[in-house]
Amino acid sequence: MSHVSEIRVGLATCGIAAGAEPVYSAFEKELAASNASVKLKRVGCIGMCYNEPLVDVVYQDGKLSTYGHVRVEDVTRIVEKHAVGGQPIQDLLVATDGFFDKQVRIVLENCGLIDPESLDEYRAHAGYEALRIALTEMTPQQVIEKVTASGLRGRGGAGFPTGVKWGFAAREPGPEKYFICNGDEGDPGAFMDRSVLEGDPHRVLEGIAIGAYAIGAPHGYFYVRAEYPLAIKRLEKALADATTAGFIGENILGSDFSFEVKIKAGAGAFVCGEETALIASIEGRRGTPRRRPPYPAVSGLWEKPTNINNVETLANVPWIIRHKTEEFTRYGTEKSKGTKVFALAGKVNHSGLVEVPMGMPIKDIVFDIGGGIRDGKGFKAVQIGGPSGGCIPSSLADVPVDYESITETGAIMGSGGLIVLDEKTCMVDLARFFLDFIQKESCGKCTFCRIGTKRMLEILTRICDGEGTGDDLERLLELSEKVKTYSLCGLGQTAPNPVLTTAKYFREEYDAHIVDKTCPAHVCKALIHYEIGPERCKDCKLCTRDCPVQAISQGEGVFQVIDQKICIKCGRCYEVCPFGAIDVQ
Amino acid sequence: MSNPTSQDSEEKTVGIDSFRTFTSSSASVIPLLQQIQNRYGYLSESNLERVSEYTHVPLSSIYGVATFYSQFRLSRPGKHLIRVCQGTACHVLGAGKIMAHFQEQLGIEENETTTDGLFTLESVRCLGCCSLAPAMMIDDETYGRLTRDTVDEILSSYREQEER
Repeated sequence: MSHVSEIRVGLATCGIAAGAEPVYSAFEKELAASNASVKLKRVGCIGMCYNEPLVDVVYQDGKLSTYGHVRVEDVTRIVEKHAVGGQPIQDLLVATDGFFDKQVRIVLENCGLIDPESLDEYRAHAGYEALRIALTEMTPQQVIEKVTASGLRGRGGAGFPTGVKWGFAAREPGPEKYFICNGDEGDPGAFMDRSVLEGDPHRVLEGIAIGAYAIGAPHGYFYVRAEYPLAIKRLEKALADATTAGFIGENILGSDFSFEVKIKAGAGAFVCGEETALIASIEGRRGTPRRRPPYPAVSGLWEKPTNINNVETLANVPWIIRHKTEEFTRYGTEKSKGTKVFALAGKVNHSGLVEVPMGMPIKDIVFDIGGGIRDGKGFKAVQIGGPSGGCIPSSLADVPVDYESITETGAIMGSGGLIVLDEKTCMVDLARFFLDFIQKESCGKCTFCRIGTKRMLEILTRICDGEGTGDDLERLLELSEKVKTYSLCGLGQTAPNPVLTTAKYFREEYDAHIVDKTCPAHVCKALIHYEIGPERCKDCKLCTRDCPVQAISQGEGVFQVIDQKICIKCGRCYEVCPFGAIDVQ
Repeated sequence: MSNPTSQDSEEKTVGIDSFRTFTSSSASVIPLLQQIQNRYGYLSESNLERVSEYTHVPLSSIYGVATFYSQFRLSRPGKHLIRVCQGTACHVLGAGKIMAHFQEQLGIEENETTTDGLFTLESVRCLGCCSLAPAMMIDDETYGRLTRDTVDEILSSYREQEER
């Protein structure tokens, strides 16, 4: 066993939320006191978010042991026994459980490995090497050709070939052109871009610089969600350091190419993920999409040629430039090359940040990487692509994740949110949840998106409240088609997808709500009630104590009863009962 | 960090001098509004007028921007801003119950402020902490794996801090 050389603490937003900052401070203190020559490092998302806070203890030969759910009180032991004594503490180690076995890391190459705030570390991992190659050994046209040949497609969701897109903007006359990185990750249930920006910001900066060189843009913008303060902070640091080091600015690396970058914080609008809305937002207006053509490549920001790519797309670029094209194209399917990063969450055991080769079957992600469903429940579906996407049922778990196959199911690849659903998820409620989201986020420009989604939400709410009528589903589907057809931008055109896919694959759940007035997953409050089984009740009165509306009282015997007239169906009694005596029907 | 506004009893109007680092054009509207809200916690009418004067963008358009984006607030929030995540992962893992519990414990509805001015309750569309669902933020602190019990603990820690 070689010596411990480094300790890495995962300090992305989710690690910090789980308590990683005090753990880091404790390591700082303990290591200083121990005089051990061990380097302590802040890193981005290590990936196994389900075990946060995570600490990697790294040996000189590069091998590592991972500790999960690390508490401040564990730190002394880890430093004394492991960092100094070389003996791993078995009961604190976490198994990777095959989490990384099927993953391929291109975008996440450095995530969790390097200190995101250190330019030197990034450079030690081939950082800015691709920019040097592009600027000194390739013409802009050759860069475009190489990215086109790699088959890289837009990772923001639409899947448009990146190289082709660059070609459009490159053809337009300069010199004033803009290159925008879209980091407005608005999909609920998605955190890929946040993790990449927090874990490896220089990589995205290098990607945008290479893209700007390819299209001939002297100006760049990062548009990042305001809800991601840490990502913005790390990106600002990266930009300042890269500018000082001469990777951004005038005559980069002695070439004729000059490029300046500004960072804009979004202000909270899902529709700003749409290109023309994003441009309006940077220009200081309401984020309302406009008709295309003209496309941004011809007339974008300030009416100048503009190219927009998503964070993950740009994070692929340095790797592609540094490697032979075949090394990228060997991953993926015929039409979808490379990898895709997913934010795996929901009712899955191993939620986290994963990167898989395109074409991997959904079930491999859920079971081999995700470790299956929580609490031994049944796998029902995955929700992919957020509010624009849809629900793919477990019966289609063999479907490979590539743009075409996912689209065939009625969902879309989207930006990479992958929420696993179990038998306790009500699909009608989930469709209502997304419609509620869309309804609030619709910019209001198109009538069908503004009012059509409102009517759809009303119908879905009615169904969930047990007041659905015979032709509700039919009306819902009709409206869905209309909203799709008569909306100007992607938000409206895809808004009905959650309804359409749930109605297609889970029709019986709609029927149960509308006809039988039951919610099979026991989620919709109006359609369920709680009852105490007298034979199982031990009369401990925990439920009575916790009931917020005093609906539970002594029954005629040694058990408690719920007064259905008072009960607000909050489910607290169900959760606190240690004997499983409460049934939900 | 708490919102600095609650102690200010009077509405403050920002000095136009602090705008000088921004160009006086429409592109500065959102960054200026963000700067003002960071400082005061919300956007007062007089401050919207200042932004209009400085950028030469009509006040009606400034108001349009301020009401379009969910980040902006036109009324003074409480000392601590609670934002309960209502993203997909949080939703399927019981964010609705967490929100209901906050409402019950604080005695207010969404987008309201407690009478003592201590807490404002809002929902937010995904904090990107899906692995720790259900999640929320209080001011700049993110909390995950919430249950009703942890919510109670967190709220009392803020209240105790206040009494000290």
